[in-house]
Amino acid sequence: MKELILLAVGAAFVNNVVLSQFLGICPFLGVSKDVKTAAGMGSAVIFVITIASFVTSLIYKFILVPVHFEYLQTIVFILVIAALVQFVEMFLKKAMPPLYNALGVYLPLITTNCAVLGVALVNVQKSYNILEGVINGLATSTGFLVAIVLMAGIREKIEHNDITESFQGTPIVLVTAGLMAIAFFGFAGLI
Amino acid sequence: MSKSAERLFNGLVKENPTFVLMLGMCPTLAVTTSAINGIGMGLSTTVVLVLSNVMISALRKIIPDSVRMPAFIVVVASFVTIVQFLLEGFVPSLYNALGIYIPLIVVNCIILGRAESYASKNPVIPSLFDGLGMGLGFTVGLTAIGIVREILGAGKVFGTQILPDSYEPITIFILAPGAFLVLSMLVALQNKVKRHIALKKGEPIPEPAEGCEGCAGCGRAGSCAGGIFPVESKTEKKEND
Repeated sequence: MKELILLAVGAAFVNNVVLSQFLGICPFLGVSKDVKTAAGMGSAVIFVITIASFVTSLIYKFILVPVHFEYLQTIVFILVIAALVQFVEMFLKKAMPPLYNALGVYLPLITTNCAVLGVALVNVQKSYNILEGVINGLATSTGFLVAIVLMAGIREKIEHNDITESFQGTPIVLVTAGLMAIAFFGFAGLI
Repeated sequence: MSKSAERLFNGLVKENPTFVLMLGMCPTLAVTTSAINGIGMGLSTTVVLVLSNVMISALRKIIPDSVRMPAFIVVVASFVTIVQFLLEGFVPSLYNALGIYIPLIVVNCIILGRAESYASKNPVIPSLFDGLGMGLGFTVGLTAIGIVREILGAGKVFGTQILPDSYEPITIFILAPGAFLVLSMLVALQNKVKRHIALKKGEPIPEPAEGCEGCAGCGRAGSCAGGIFPVESKTEKKEND
């Protein structure tokens, strides 16, 4: 149990997926203009990454390893993730319309999010079992939610600030991300 | 042959993926802790880009339009796997330094972007040079960022000490925050140059670069909205030709 908690804290804060591993930079920069959208995106990412890490762990353990096709992991994972996102979208649309209305628009964006494939590959690389893989996925994506919501909050504050012309737009966001990354170093003491 | 040269120039300068299009930000930020890692990542991406462009261009009449995205992904992922094993076998030090970012070349916007917007519509030879130009442009971008970070963060270039011992390295630049800071300076510089050129020519001042938000620059822009496996129609894909 203790190991699982340590794993979760490590994945969520110490090795934050955006601020120290640079996965999922695109949505982090692109969908962080206001807190509500950012929270929606973050929740959709949690949903997809958790399911995807479960499914990819299952496929790796029960299909790829028994037939010694481990080397096909990249190809299999990316196709599985793409199909999975599409399937989840269709399922939500039919079965849970409220959830679909909240997350729907973000789902297609997530297929192209390298964090999903990244988590699946890390799970294999660190030879996590299925439970550890799911926890790692959940924690990593929670770290993403925390980072993107914080970023959106800061961006709402700095929107009306007087910023040097050249630094308007992406550059000031990147500087903000850099400062957040420095702040997240503080979590290194947790483990 | 002039078309090939034009493609090379296009990738290296006019539509440089790092400095102009701002695509492939994940590896740009993650692996540029030193110049040599930047070159390694850039060249690996170039190899995948050239091979996948050639393959997709050769198969462009065979792949049905409705399943082209999954087909492209399989082609790209296969080449990435090949490159991954070659690196593991022959350059293990680079393989260890780049780690998980090698398989992640699959989801690099640049590769599927070129497949979708160029290779799937053009003959093999121009596609080859298009991939080569884009790949080398990406390599130049990564190496430049890597050099800046290595000088500031370690006082070295390609592992050779170039700043005097009295220089105290600003270690933060080879750590995660330094990546964001260097890239922000770079984009700011690019905004400044663009403004300067526009003012000189008397054109309207361009909007500040929006980075990945301009995912329209990415060939997957269309498929993003409709998903990788398009469910209903496959219209409105042809317009950017």
